[in-house]
Amino acid sequence: MKLSTQDVEYVAKLARLEFTDAQKEKFTVQLNNILIYIEKLGELDTTGIAPMSHAIAVSNAFREDVERPSLGTKATLANAPDARGEFFRVPKVID
Amino acid sequence: MEFETIIGLEVHAQMLTDTKIFCNCSTKFGGAPNSHTCPVCLGMPGVLPVLNKKVVEYAMMMALATNCTINPSNSFARKNYFYPDLPKGYQISQYAYPLAEHGYVWIDMDGKQKKIGITRIHMEEDAGKLIHDENNPFSYVDLNRTGVPLIEIVGEPDIRSPEEAAEYLKRLHEILVYLEICDGNMEEGSFRCDANVSIRPVGQKEFGTRTELKNMNSFRNVQRALEYEVKRQQYLVENGESIIQETRLWDDAQGATNSMRSKEEAHDYRYFPDPDLVKVVVDEDWITQIRESLPELPVAKRERFIREYQIPAYDAGVLTADKALALYYEDVVRLCGKPKQASNWVMGDVLRFLNEGKRDIRQCPISARSLADMINLIEEGTISGKMAKDIVEDMYHTGKPPQDIIREKGLVQITDEGELTETIKAIIDAHPVQLADYRGGREKLFGFFVGQVMKATQGKANPQLVNNLLKKMLAP
Amino acid sequence: MELHQLTIHELQKLIQNGEVSSTQITRSVFSRIDEVEERIHSYIRLMKDEALAAAARADEDIKNGNIRPLTGIPVALKDIVCTKGITTTCGSNILHNFVPPYDATVVEKLSAAGAVFVGKANMDEFAMGSSTETSFFGPTRNPWDLERIPGGSSGGSATAVAADECIASIGSDTGGSIRQPAALCGVVGLKPTYGRVSRFGLIAFASSLDQIGPFTKDVEDCAIMMNVLAGYDPRESTSVKMEVPDYRQFISRDISGWKVGIPKEYFVEGIDPEVSAAINGAIDTVKKCGGQCIDISLPHTQYSVAVYYIIAPAEASSNLARYDGVKYGFRASGERDLMEMYRKTRMEGFGEEVKRRIMIGTYALSAGYYDAYYGKASQVRALIRRDFDEAFRECDIILTPTTPTPAFKIGEKTDDPLQMYLSDIFTISTNLAGIPGISVPCGFTAAGLPIGVQFLAGHFEEGKLLQIASAFEKNAAIEKRRPSL
Repeated sequence: MKLSTQDVEYVAKLARLEFTDAQKEKFTVQLNNILIYIEKLGELDTTGIAPMSHAIAVSNAFREDVERPSLGTKATLANAPDARGEFFRVPKVID
Repeated sequence: MEFETIIGLEVHAQMLTDTKIFCNCSTKFGGAPNSHTCPVCLGMPGVLPVLNKKVVEYAMMMALATNCTINPSNSFARKNYFYPDLPKGYQISQYAYPLAEHGYVWIDMDGKQKKIGITRIHMEEDAGKLIHDENNPFSYVDLNRTGVPLIEIVGEPDIRSPEEAAEYLKRLHEILVYLEICDGNMEEGSFRCDANVSIRPVGQKEFGTRTELKNMNSFRNVQRALEYEVKRQQYLVENGESIIQETRLWDDAQGATNSMRSKEEAHDYRYFPDPDLVKVVVDEDWITQIRESLPELPVAKRERFIREYQIPAYDAGVLTADKALALYYEDVVRLCGKPKQASNWVMGDVLRFLNEGKRDIRQCPISARSLADMINLIEEGTISGKMAKDIVEDMYHTGKPPQDIIREKGLVQITDEGELTETIKAIIDAHPVQLADYRGGREKLFGFFVGQVMKATQGKANPQLVNNLLKKMLAP
Repeated sequence: MELHQLTIHELQKLIQNGEVSSTQITRSVFSRIDEVEERIHSYIRLMKDEALAAAARADEDIKNGNIRPLTGIPVALKDIVCTKGITTTCGSNILHNFVPPYDATVVEKLSAAGAVFVGKANMDEFAMGSSTETSFFGPTRNPWDLERIPGGSSGGSATAVAADECIASIGSDTGGSIRQPAALCGVVGLKPTYGRVSRFGLIAFASSLDQIGPFTKDVEDCAIMMNVLAGYDPRESTSVKMEVPDYRQFISRDISGWKVGIPKEYFVEGIDPEVSAAINGAIDTVKKCGGQCIDISLPHTQYSVAVYYIIAPAEASSNLARYDGVKYGFRASGERDLMEMYRKTRMEGFGEEVKRRIMIGTYALSAGYYDAYYGKASQVRALIRRDFDEAFRECDIILTPTTPTPAFKIGEKTDDPLQMYLSDIFTISTNLAGIPGISVPCGFTAAGLPIGVQFLAGHFEEGKLLQIASAFEKNAAIEKRRPSL
């Protein structure tokens, strides 16, 4: 096993996800199968190959520093699950 | 045990652009909450960032001003973490390929120059603001700041004392403000500083465990926080306790740093290249163009003032600490041609008035032209230096040119020999005892006669002329 | 023939001759929807009122002689492109109530060209899937066999065209999400070169792979749609500033003398024999058109699925971090702690496949694993692209099957994610390399399921794709069939 249930828990927390124990087990198995499949990349020697992070090499895409109208507070908050006054409201961070 | 302090500073400076780094929203401070926002900076689904060219140019200016090497190809990465003030769930920053690296600035510690290295300068976006409700289990989010352009200036751990840290910060601040790429306002967060601090016994090579200090919003607080933290670490080591690697917040009221209990599990930011942004390619032409656009920087200006105006290093330092002040001074010099006198008046009376009135040189009611005129009037003998002291004060309060004040108050110096001879004669006649004593050898009484003449003329007599006439007329 | 059965270019003629109005066409499309939508479920949201209003405006334009490339033509939009004032869900509970305050660039372009929007088409949640089974709003069924999947993730866009519930539609393709459902539903689907069509307003799955493209009933319609969609957009940094040709000029042009590469890595075990036979037939057709078929090699093909399933989830894990219950969309109720709010919201808001990919992506980027996974995959991606660069030195076009099998049964692969992923094996490398690809119908299985052939070309060679696809379409002599619904 490449990935333990603890690893799954750690990653879930990083990703702000939560799973039941049953889901965790199922995920652990599935993720391991996928990771084992992905392992095949290890067969390839990629020494000196520049990584490719973009499909097409474009550079220097800029915008001029010109102000345009903003959405406005009302439209900004229109989709908010919880807005109070001019703010988005969220539960507090509890340590 | 003797300890050595190791400090490295990370400075975040807000770039003075009109719009945010990746969208066209305003960067102005103090708008209604969530009003300087658009789908892009709100991180709405499907929107894409486009880089503000001015941010790159400003960042390049700072990089060149701090002797950094600009990377011919640099790019953006995503720093992933969740927080309500971070609408996309990641911050766009530069990671593996920053804009510039390997720079330095000189600081002056009691006349000794010390070089402080700059590891890198990179561009990134600011986060929003989270306001906590004291009484309820809620926080409120304002995303106006989200996407405001920042540069982060990461310093080498070359700093060895809180004083050096403050000095280094002042230098960076001065350069940013000189370049007019940052307003330098620490209270509004336009210039922020985090510090990494550790101590080690003198002679030890390895660094000690460091703590990261945040929340210091003035030069003074940076120095105080560092002083406190160094003492705290020394105390721990001396008492056999260990230092924990953590982030600590400076509490201004308490005058202490407090642990910011680890809010999250170990940081795992999962940086990776941002696929929505493309490489920034900087060629030599662009660098040259930016280099040529750089204004004279504080250090160069200081040296030029000393050389060109023959004024002491201290004066040059005061006059160049603020770019607008230096400009004012140079205007005065250009208009009167008397650098030393100009420096005395600017550093003396003008700065004193401004300090008392808590005003900036930009708001100074005395124009450079007026001050230059006044200096010329003294040189020409129209007014005395003593008269000028009063005149300049009037100039400051009324904003009027010196000629007007002189005319209104009838302050013109008496330079008419005949008129003065009459006055002196009358005074000598009225003081026979003193005259006899003077002629008998009490030369100190010369001052007494000068005083009497000045009193009689309400200070308007030309002092040089009074001296000459008195010498002649008091002689036996 | 009913109006909804016609193509764009057929309807354009009728409109220009004043024989039909947009309102008539639009009503015909909606009556077809009334007839079949319940069984197929192409749409998450229908926009009948808006569509009829737009059709009325189009009719005004027609009356005034203002006829643009798509005036009055009913078009469906995958629910992944943002529509101002119209709920845009991306097939997810987490966006079930999200109303964008902006239009995607493609939506603006289609509007400006006179299109009438029929509705928002169903899709796999966040475009993560190959079967349209992961939609929060329920699966879409293949019009050719309602027990089978239509392919995905743009399943609804494909079925809407296949079942005549619109005249053309918009999809998005991250690893085959246009071409694979086009093949399985018997329609034409094109994934343009990365950077050719604006992504602004396209809800991101994997930003370095996503590309918008059209579904149409024939190749000429595809060219018409590309004329509207393609072009530089200053709102997208990765958009490419390059002149866009009139794609219609490539229709019905000769391809004789063209070299068509047949990559041996695409003809391996696991291909359904009926698909294999249909592709051999397609090769014969290409030869009949004057094409010269040559054997080529794309040696890193076998790694493409592995590369894709690192890069796409890695980017997705970051792209989907914004769905946190703060600014829009779904938030789990009653949570008093921020951490709990985040985790419950994302647990309830995302479906299983989305969570699985977020997990893979988060893991692949996490401390200590970046180099082994994301770093390595990015390097192999460069090798895959190099394979294509080299191949296109030898040939003009590459021909492959679009999918290894015809449409599979609903539920058949839902419990085996890896098997599901492998069904994209022939389409994925195109996205990794950023090149364009098109799927064109090339026959049916004995059971009457459509099969597609895929043509690939070098960057920005969509014209070549349309040219060969059009020649193929004319010469393939595939029997004209319609799904019996």
